[in-house]
Amino acid sequence: MDSSRRRILQLLGVSALALTTKPVFNAFAKEEVAAGAEAVIKAGAKALKAKQWALVIDTRKLESEADLEPLIEACHKIHNVPRLQNKNHEIKWIWGTHYHNAFPGKAARFLAEEVEHRPFLVLCNHCENPPCVRACPTKATWKREVDGIVLMDFHRCIGCRFCMAACPFGARSFNYRDPRPFIAETNKEFPTRMKGVVEKCNFCAERLAVGQLPACVEASNGALAFGDLYDAASDVRKLIKTNYTIRRKQTLGTEPSVYYIV
Amino acid sequence: MNSKALIVTGVVIFLLIVLFPFWYMRGKAAPVPEVELTPKAKAAQKCVRSTEYMRAEHMQLLDLWRESVVRESKRIYVNPEGKEFNMSLSNTCLDCHSNKAEFCDRCHNYASVRPYCWSCHIENPKEKT
Repeated sequence: MDSSRRRILQLLGVSALALTTKPVFNAFAKEEVAAGAEAVIKAGAKALKAKQWALVIDTRKLESEADLEPLIEACHKIHNVPRLQNKNHEIKWIWGTHYHNAFPGKAARFLAEEVEHRPFLVLCNHCENPPCVRACPTKATWKREVDGIVLMDFHRCIGCRFCMAACPFGARSFNYRDPRPFIAETNKEFPTRMKGVVEKCNFCAERLAVGQLPACVEASNGALAFGDLYDAASDVRKLIKTNYTIRRKQTLGTEPSVYYIV
Repeated sequence: MNSKALIVTGVVIFLLIVLFPFWYMRGKAAPVPEVELTPKAKAAQKCVRSTEYMRAEHMQLLDLWRESVVRESKRIYVNPEGKEFNMSLSNTCLDCHSNKAEFCDRCHNYASVRPYCWSCHIENPKEKT
């Protein structure tokens, strides 16, 4: 074969020309796809919107375990959270704990009696800087851009539990067993989980999407307030402005979005 | 070196054994399953998209739904006719197709596909447990 300099230059020129045609073809291909897909996907009209959802818990109004029970029950019931007797296998989205467990480092040796004995409602803090999200190797958990909820995609969770190790609040639970036999009454409108995935509170994303407040807030008789942290006129901001509030393990810098009025 | 007969017999036996599934089952192909529609599905006439589209693309559609709902927090699907649907396997698909055994499973079993949707998603939203 004659491979003179001239021939090689010719070939290079033609190849360069061929490369430039690709964008043109791409443009045509795109148009065709756009014409084929007429279906539209959108958010519901009634969906509640915020920059960062936040929860203010007035612990003065929740004095005993009995006061917490309906809130926990409301959440666990609609989300098909199983009730396992074995403490090691327990699944919790929202639960009550002592002051010194909820706020380690903030508990003095001697505390006001009512604070010491009052149960504190704890749940996922939907941190603004969530360490669990950074730990997840599959992006099965992420911070939702639109409203700051730290969500989970159970389809993608591989059950490595890095997020559980990363979460300083113990807000995540792992399904060591198939949860289905331990769900007393299944809510047919919400999926269950399967063995081998992590789960946690989702700030009732499925309820917000249809314009409802989270189940715990609805069941709380005003002890819980839910709203946009970045809307100065929101209920939560009003409460934070007029009451002294604390957050769990604030010094860690995860910026929790759950505030407690003590 | 007169083992020709032996070799031929051996080859024939070998072929018989290897081709056993073919000659044993010849002419008895498993019938293509007929999916059953519930009265509600029949009354609706049309699914989210056309029957052909659903038959061929329902897995891609469900994948798109999953992605949009879980990741993009968009839950409404507007089909080309402008009808809106809540993108939910249990609450929308199975609302009409409440007969999973006769609708989903029949075809899936025939095609030997085992989707694991049902290990989490409730498969009988209408049935009381």
